[in-house]
Amino acid sequence: MSEVRKAVALISGGLDSLLAARVMQEQGIHVEGINFFTGFCVEGHTHAIRKKDRARPKRNNALWVAEQLGIKLHIIDIIEEYKDVVINPKHGYGANLNPCLDCKVFMVHKAKEWIEANGFDFIVTGEVIGQRPKSQRKDTMPIIAAESGAEDLLLRPLCAKNLPPTLPEREGWVDREKLYDFEGRTRKPQMALARQFGLEDYAQPAGGCCFLTDANYSKKLADLWQARGERRYEIDDIMLLKVGRHIRPRPHFKLIVGREDGENKFLEGYRKQFTHLFTTSHNGPLVLLDGEAGEDDLELAARVTARYSQGRNAEQVDVEVHPLDGEVRTFSVRPLGGSEIPADWHL
Amino acid sequence: MSEHRLDARRLLCPLPVIRCQDAVAKLRPGDTLVIVCTDPGAKHDIPAWCRVNGHDVLSIEEQQDEIIVTVQVGDAD
Ligand code: SF4
Repeated sequence: MSEVRKAVALISGGLDSLLAARVMQEQGIHVEGINFFTGFCVEGHTHAIRKKDRARPKRNNALWVAEQLGIKLHIIDIIEEYKDVVINPKHGYGANLNPCLDCKVFMVHKAKEWIEANGFDFIVTGEVIGQRPKSQRKDTMPIIAAESGAEDLLLRPLCAKNLPPTLPEREGWVDREKLYDFEGRTRKPQMALARQFGLEDYAQPAGGCCFLTDANYSKKLADLWQARGERRYEIDDIMLLKVGRHIRPRPHFKLIVGREDGENKFLEGYRKQFTHLFTTSHNGPLVLLDGEAGEDDLELAARVTARYSQGRNAEQVDVEVHPLDGEVRTFSVRPLGGSEIPADWHL
Repeated sequence: MSEHRLDARRLLCPLPVIRCQDAVAKLRPGDTLVIVCTDPGAKHDIPAWCRVNGHDVLSIEEQQDEIIVTVQVGDAD
């Protein structure tokens, strides 16, 4: 008997990569999954934070897919290295701050390193020509294969018939005839194939697999870069962009206001890293101050904090301010009125 | 066989799973790893990760806001 060939499949948690891996299993290939955590992934974060969602946390789709397939899943933390992809994408961004093409190149490149380190033979993705206008096109397929260094060790089972034969096909490890020729934006062939494999309840195809495709999120990230005067972020920054109300009253500072208990609790974990405020005369949110704040700024921040407390209609609200380096102080302030907060303060 | 502890409090999923995976990679079959988390998603994700990778979850306890998962490392293939 010939040797069992091994492939690693990039598992996003969506249907396409699930099918691609399944097609390989049908051909007797040993498949394991790899999933990359960039920090921007849409896996249940806000669900974990917001109290009302805690009762039914979202499942991790990549793990769910691995279970359906009966394969091992390796989840790789690429937070640090991924920064360069987001900050300097050679091929630019999509509709928002999503650097999809560079992202794919990077992930396939990491997969190439992984197969070399783990003695696997080739890489599988669920890409389909024409599925995404910017990153999954006929002309981007060879770019990903070449720039990642994977070259012809990169097999896309769902559209392989529309691409030149890869090494696994030429060597006869997989039968090209039993691969597919999906093309375009339609989801029908994928859904039919899922039915054929008896797969149900898979994650529905969405706009993208990460927060960078979200217009509001990208706007907040762009604001962060502008305020800092440089394109840079830490993992805490990008986590905090998913939480609370973000208000920038002045170019040099912004406020992150907890919207409910779960968020306040999450923000509490950051008290040692940020100047923070909360109301003492009334129930209210925890507010983090990101940036530099002088005396007037602290008072303004206190008035915004009061605005989002239960004392919003009171004459006076007491707000405790804990500066990062400085003494704790209490400001007694009149809450800002709704009309005193210009729309463009809201990020 | 030895017991190890991992503090994954305040980490959001999938980070507790990733830290668990990286810790398990350094352990031997039969060793146990106690992971303390605060993200309720870990209650589902760590057991799912264990199922697909051949490890056992010995217990899941909740104490106030903390979730304590005990994993036993399975045999390598
Ligand atoms: S949506 Fe996000 S994770 Fe998906 S390819 Fe684009 S940048 Fe990468």
